[in-house]
Amino acid sequence: MVSIAIIDYGMGNLRSVAKALEHVAPRTRVLVTQNRRDILHADRVVFPGQGSIRDCMRELVRWDLVDVVREAALGKPFLGLCLGPQALLSFSEENGGIDGLDVLPGRVVWFGDLRDPASGERLKVPHMGWNQVHQLCDHPLWQGISQDSRFYFVHSYYLQPADSALAAGQTWYGFDFASAIARDNIFAVQFHPEKSAQAGLRLLANFTDWNP
Amino acid sequence: MALAKRIIPCLDVDRGRVVKGVKFVEIRDAGDPVEIARRYDAEGADELTFLDITASSDDRETLVHVVEQVASEVFIPLTVGGGIRALDDVRRMLNAGADKVSINTAAIARPEFVREAAERFGNQCIVVAIDAKAVHQPAEPPRWEIFTHGGRRPTGIDAVEWARRMNAYGAGEILLTSMDRDGTKRGFDLDLTRAISEAVSIPVIASGGVGTLDHLADGILLGKADAVLAASIFHFAEYTIEQAKHHMRARGIEMRL
Repeated sequence: MVSIAIIDYGMGNLRSVAKALEHVAPRTRVLVTQNRRDILHADRVVFPGQGSIRDCMRELVRWDLVDVVREAALGKPFLGLCLGPQALLSFSEENGGIDGLDVLPGRVVWFGDLRDPASGERLKVPHMGWNQVHQLCDHPLWQGISQDSRFYFVHSYYLQPADSALAAGQTWYGFDFASAIARDNIFAVQFHPEKSAQAGLRLLANFTDWNP
Repeated sequence: MALAKRIIPCLDVDRGRVVKGVKFVEIRDAGDPVEIARRYDAEGADELTFLDITASSDDRETLVHVVEQVASEVFIPLTVGGGIRALDDVRRMLNAGADKVSINTAAIARPEFVREAAERFGNQCIVVAIDAKAVHQPAEPPRWEIFTHGGRRPTGIDAVEWARRMNAYGAGEILLTSMDRDGTKRGFDLDLTRAISEAVSIPVIASGGVGTLDHLADGILLGKADAVLAASIFHFAEYTIEQAKHHMRARGIEMRL
């Protein structure tokens, strides 16, 4: 039986992620786990996260999972969600500046005081709600999802990959930012597919079928 | 291409059952929260809010099971409010599958609770609910105060200042209800909504008074709200969420359709 490990390092509730994966792949074993061996032996790995990047990095160290995440990101189908992709980059501005896992080169930057360039109106932060994702490449995880579909976002910091070729999707919130990044076996999204109704479920289903 | 404004139906839950009656034609059990949640999801609701109005705390545990069931079937954001008084209440709801909790009375009793909850669980899951009522005389500049106990008890707290403070304490969003308009079907208090929305940097959900689809659009266009919450116009199937979204889009609002 194919297994998917959702890495549980105490950052946010993972029940919804697990339920959504079970929903799209009923014959898959979905594990919510902090066990190193479970994660390394799983066929696929999901790296989620919620809260602040400082707590996220601290908990990864405390659970002794830093090298496990790095190793999983090297080989098997690997899906980062929300804070997950932020932790994969080199550095985040949050909490006065925190080093990330540096699996992908890039920075995480605060939205700051945003204005709509056309109307001059203030854009609220967190960026919260359903926004469009413009697919920048053909990728197996976008299969069956219409161009510019809406996904559910909630975040105050955004991904700024060092190499723009890493961006697999972009979203406009006062400017265009990378809302999905991809390289080899890694696909990571700033939004919450587990809370994004049909489009989100389709992306998760694509992940369970993906063989990079 | 832009962020869509949200429509959030609100379900009042008493001892695990939705009250206020829902008159969907195809629904067999109008009180079953799971069935109603599924229906709203199918109609295109952007989020769902469950408000626990259970009087006794002994019966509160039932809502946890409701949230668990809904979260295993409906994959859109869920907010739970009513009786959230301690970090443990927040944790229990999030573990059950809620994405956000809304804090009302407990924030007034001890504002630090909002800061603690935001630090522990992240700003994104802390909604502060504000029940406000106009207290100015007709000729005076507008002023609103926070009221508790269903709008019966004044607190002396200025609503705009309170919203700013909750923003500073780490709230991720504000759910603003006009106690003057709640249940009247006369539309949102647009001056109040705009005053709060312009005072804070976080999203504001307008609530209280919706009777027509134009009221929803006015809340966004004139009240500057980021989302609109309504109960009765959807519960009694006067309008579907889909109709509401088409109407709002026709008035120039970015919607998820």
